[in-house]
Amino acid sequence: MSNQVHTGLSRYVITCLALVGVAPTAVGGVLPEDRADVLYFRYDGGGVTINGPSMLVRKSIGEHVSVAANYYVDMVSSASIDVQTSASPYEDERTQSMLSMDFLHGKSTYSIGYVNSDESDYKAKTLFASVSHDMFGDLTTISFSFKNGQNEVFKNVKIDDVRQNDPAFNGGLGSADMESKSYSLSLSQIITRNLILSGQYEVITDEGWLNSPYRSVRFFIGTDAQGQQPEVYPNTRSSNAASIRGKYFLPWRAALDGMYRFYTDTWGVIGHTGELGYVHPLDTKFAGGDWTIEGRFRYYRQTAADFYADIFPRADFSNFMARDKELATYNAMTAGIAATYEFKIERFPWLSKGQINLRYDHMMVNYDDFRDATYSLGKFGVIPDPQLPPGTEPLYELRANIFQFYISAFF
Amino acid sequence: MRIRGLFVLTALACAATGCSSIEPWVKPYDRENLADPIMSFSRAPISQDFLDHVFESREGSRGASGGGGGGCGCN
Repeated sequence: MSNQVHTGLSRYVITCLALVGVAPTAVGGVLPEDRADVLYFRYDGGGVTINGPSMLVRKSIGEHVSVAANYYVDMVSSASIDVQTSASPYEDERTQSMLSMDFLHGKSTYSIGYVNSDESDYKAKTLFASVSHDMFGDLTTISFSFKNGQNEVFKNVKIDDVRQNDPAFNGGLGSADMESKSYSLSLSQIITRNLILSGQYEVITDEGWLNSPYRSVRFFIGTDAQGQQPEVYPNTRSSNAASIRGKYFLPWRAALDGMYRFYTDTWGVIGHTGELGYVHPLDTKFAGGDWTIEGRFRYYRQTAADFYADIFPRADFSNFMARDKELATYNAMTAGIAATYEFKIERFPWLSKGQINLRYDHMMVNYDDFRDATYSLGKFGVIPDPQLPPGTEPLYELRANIFQFYISAFF
Repeated sequence: MRIRGLFVLTALACAATGCSSIEPWVKPYDRENLADPIMSFSRAPISQDFLDHVFESREGSRGASGGGGGGCGCN
């Protein structure tokens, strides 16, 4: 959108355009603003390094249609705790492409989209659709969305020193299927001229191959020895998540936001997520300020799945057995800071504004019932000295640094 | 009992306001602060999508975070 058109709009329309980003999902009645973003990220923690770019472009076509495309690459170099105890380090790459389209009709927005994710041992195709509607003088936005994911799981092995899909995986089929469906209902409500609240409820159901083809559980042999066997998961999982978030405009032009999410599923995992954020523009001008800083703190706590154990009493202890640390009992804290520099380039009148963003997050995860098995099993087959008896190893802790650098352009 | 009371209260509120013509109590010209870009729940969707993926890949919980779709990336 050009500056000329921008200045010609009424305050009401400008308000509506800016409210595009208010609701966490699609917003009825207004199309999202045109923008392009290029992101470089780096995640470094727990022996895993992931870095890559992500590019997002959103453009309106006429007054009623907006299209968006995203291309995202994860370049993974992994020597995680699971890999250290049962495999050798590996490198992999995941690419994800997304295309979506929004149709505006009166106070309603209809959206459809498709996401394709591709890595050497996991392929996912997701279709999604949503409808949003503005009501009550545009104070309320209600949205319903549906997603269907068709996933294909493979197992990579080294054959003749070449890493490739295992043809013997899943009883000789070479791959396994998993289908995921999601139903989400959200409501966004303007409460006062300074406060907006939003609630979301989402049900997700999975069916098919749900465990990792690589991970093993461990079990006691006698009292001071241990063995390992592949994980066994149920073939279905249904989850319910409900969240509420709010954002408040402070008198000195800053924004305070908070979020709480409750999660429960049929595997017995119960999760609580809380987040607080503060956004503060350093320049007090309403628009065209130069620097904005942001601080964020996120707390997460979950209880373990019913069939999770760090070490089972014996082999084949139960029908389902897991030792995925993401299904353990733990808490995680993530603290982040971000800075945005906003600019305009007079030579490019078609560029409404540009932004340079830098963000850093530090994640600390403390497990209550997942032990660092390298103290007993060793790393990559090398037995530690001294070697601790199984079940007496120190609890595992994960520390990760997450960097993001991205440039945004608004048209 | 409590649900029935809530229903009656809602019915009375509807009767009092006419329901079909609820007046927005925050007028469009009063939404200047809400329209400020800092009030957006996701000022940077590209960054938020990445972080949602980081959390979802490392936590047992999922959903109701306003995120998109896609693969696992966590094997």
